Amino acid sequence: MFSFFINNIAVLNPKGLIAGEQKDLIIRVVSLMLIAVVPALVMTFLFAWKYRAGNNSKYTPNFDKNGLLQFAWLAVLCVVIIMLGTIAWKSSHALDPRKPIVSNTKPITIQVVALQWKWLFIYPEQNIATINYIQFPINTPINFEITADAPMNSFWIPQLGGQMYAMNGMKTSLHLQASEAGEYRGMSTNISGEGFAGMRFTAKASSAKDFNTWLVSVKKSSKLLSMAEYDMLAKPSKNNAQVTYASTEDNLFSNIIMKFTMPEHMH
Amino acid sequence: MQELIFGKLTLAALPHEWYTWGATISIALGGLGVAGILTYYKRWKWIWNEWLTSTDPKKIGIIYIIVAALMLFRGALDAGMIWAQQAFLAGTPLGLSSTHFQEIFTAHGTIMIFFVTMGFMFGLMNYILPLQIGARDVAFPFLNTLSLWLYIAGVIFINLFFVIGGSFAATGWLAYPPLSGLEYSPGVGVDYWIWSLQISGLGSLLGGINLLVTILKMRAPGMTLMKMPMFVWASLCSMVLIISAFPLLTATLVLLSLDRLIGTHFFTSNLGGNPMMYVNLIWMWGHPEVYILMLPSFGIFSEVVSTFSQKRLFGYRSTVLGLFGITLLSMLVWLHHFFTMGAGANVNAFFGIMTMIIAIPTGALVFNWIFTMFRGRIIFRSPMFWFLGFFSTFTFGGMAGVLMATPPADFQLHNSLFLVAHFHTMVIGGALFGIFAGFTYWFPKVTGFKLNERLGKSAFWCWIIGFFVSFVPLYILGFMGATRRLDQYDLSTGWQPLFIISASGFAIITCGAALQVLQIILSIKQRKQNMDTNGDPWNGRTLEWFTSSPPPFYNFAIIPKVNTRDAFWEMKQGVRDKEQGSEKKYEDIIMPKNTAMGIYLSALVFLAGFAIVWHIVWLAVLGIIGSIACVIIRALDEETEYVIPAAEVARMEAKK
Repeated sequence: MFSFFINNIAVLNPKGLIAGEQKDLIIRVVSLMLIAVVPALVMTFLFAWKYRAGNNSKYTPNFDKNGLLQFAWLAVLCVVIIMLGTIAWKSSHALDPRKPIVSNTKPITIQVVALQWKWLFIYPEQNIATINYIQFPINTPINFEITADAPMNSFWIPQLGGQMYAMNGMKTSLHLQASEAGEYRGMSTNISGEGFAGMRFTAKASSAKDFNTWLVSVKKSSKLLSMAEYDMLAKPSKNNAQVTYASTEDNLFSNIIMKFTMPEHMH
Repeated sequence: MQELIFGKLTLAALPHEWYTWGATISIALGGLGVAGILTYYKRWKWIWNEWLTSTDPKKIGIIYIIVAALMLFRGALDAGMIWAQQAFLAGTPLGLSSTHFQEIFTAHGTIMIFFVTMGFMFGLMNYILPLQIGARDVAFPFLNTLSLWLYIAGVIFINLFFVIGGSFAATGWLAYPPLSGLEYSPGVGVDYWIWSLQISGLGSLLGGINLLVTILKMRAPGMTLMKMPMFVWASLCSMVLIISAFPLLTATLVLLSLDRLIGTHFFTSNLGGNPMMYVNLIWMWGHPEVYILMLPSFGIFSEVVSTFSQKRLFGYRSTVLGLFGITLLSMLVWLHHFFTMGAGANVNAFFGIMTMIIAIPTGALVFNWIFTMFRGRIIFRSPMFWFLGFFSTFTFGGMAGVLMATPPADFQLHNSLFLVAHFHTMVIGGALFGIFAGFTYWFPKVTGFKLNERLGKSAFWCWIIGFFVSFVPLYILGFMGATRRLDQYDLSTGWQPLFIISASGFAIITCGAALQVLQIILSIKQRKQNMDTNGDPWNGRTLEWFTSSPPPFYNFAIIPKVNTRDAFWEMKQGVRDKEQGSEKKYEDIIMPKNTAMGIYLSALVFLAGFAIVWHIVWLAVLGIIGSIACVIIRALDEETEYVIPAAEVARMEAKK
């Protein structure tokens, strides 16, 4: 029961490169802060107890400054903040979501479109598309290109790493890599309307062989993602099932972005 | 023709859901009840003359606090429904619909920030600030009633959709476009949200200007800036932030409402608009807003710790500097609310580091509170309990805050329940506990008797235990990948047990709140045992304790002269100015007359807002012209003050 509970804490059980580093970062930052926080808490409750009225501890009602003490405390704080600031600066650059992951394995590109209220995934290199489901091989960098044909959403797979806004007319990017096979929960974290809570998807990391088998099975799907089919898909719908499309319209992703860069009547 | 007269308003706007019906009936019954009592006791004239039209900041403060307490009840009902949905009701036939659930948390956030916390803070400041600086009134008494009535108009406005309209914004409390745009939110809900914030925001801005000028211009002779009580300093910083940030909110909401009303594209992507602009602008206001709520609370705790430790505040100068540091830095960190929007590493790192730097001035304040207790003689009355409760939650929440200021860590925590737990820790543990501490501390000043101590402490224990039971599970849920604002989730996630624990924490908090209500009722009944006869129940340090409890409407018959910090404490130590002591030379006192213009003006502004929501052109024009006319009429009124002759003052003082 307890281990089920612990294993359920997604952020602390990373299954990907980025999420792993983010977890280490969280632990490092928290431990550094404890340097300042623990003494403050201990002193507070210690003093509150020791100097309670009736305890007859020393009472100096006019003691109201001590430069040395104040300076020492500020120095501790500043050192902690300088260390935290350095970590913030370095990690922001090292874990910049836009930065491609360096690897000998050829990366896979997955284009992500947040719709009302489901996720459309397009694999431009494989020319397939899916709804609320992605699969990819482990130890392979994945380049997510993200946009929306809907209100603002945020794309998050906690066990692989987070998280990037999906906004219409814009392309954001996120680079992740799974290190263990498994099915991971993905979701939208930003409210985007009535069906937002149902914008869940499965991210399956598998061996390269399984991934290729899956690709073959998708190619056999009877559904094709034409522009007409896309326009139907873009209409609001809630709690969508997982769907696969054997092929997609060319340049669908960039066409979706372009929709929002011109006046409405020119769609 | 119908559109000309009623705009978009039709009979369909009348209540037709259980909750709109329920709220409409309760509002009607409540209104009838109050009207009935007033009629029965023949108190209409009294309430109009003595309270509603009063320019006395003490009465205005009390009205603020009563309205804020009502709104706390409303906001807590919303919170209860959110918890019930997530713990038990999701997916059952009793569950709330997605849209209704989203309206509830939108209203919950908006109400708790704008109408509860802001209302309580303005209430306490109105009552206490003039007393603490030895003034008889605020700088602009008319502006003060106007602020109050704009705030009340905002309160009515945000509840009006129950009666007319039927739907509220379902967008989250900051209503990001394009979701809040006309395309995705075609109803009147977002308009109600916009205009209730516009109206009450105007009141806040005027209140901010008023109190800042009051602090700067109306201090008692001898009270230099560096002799002001810390609550005054904290309020000053908070007012500086209001004046800097609220115009930004107003402008942003004007742009949003133009998008909705006349089809401009400031915040929608077509034709060159950009929703990211809105997100930036709203947080440029939103982050300072957090500190507008927190700073007064820091001030209250400084007063409480010093008074109950019976000791000077440690590090006065560094506390003031710390408050200023926080004020300045709070305007430079807004981007940490959206590290995940795709800004580059340099930008994210800059705002992350600026956020972390806030820990330094805040740490200085914390240190000063700790060393105020050092070698003090601490009396553990309930305000001190609230302080220690605040301290435990605040360090916790502060750590969560600094963690989220590290951009890559935030990528894993943003918009999760971890974030929700963080800001509730700050707003409840920081601002609300501060309000409770201040309420208990100053209650005898306002009423002349103390609150029941035993019930106060029991209420405290319920609140603090309930708080941790409610919000620790949310921190954990955030790490488990639970996002905020979910009206449903898959049971296979294993989240439900934690949601249930969290909801039971809310039940404990509710007991705490019930005990507080009981505490007030019982204290009124037993007031004879807890009388504050000399105006100084806590062996206080600052000037509000120098006058009687409750103070006369002119606060001080003779304005005290100030020579030191903790002016009243020093007076009691015998450093009292000689001419202040024995012989009492009264002078004529000039006081502002009551005025109903604040009510009329706010009513007209309210009508204009209502008309804009429903596109009723003639009414909007009428409301706007009417309010301008009111301002002109008031500006031409030369006789806004009256004089109490010295002899009359002497007679009133002798009677005490």
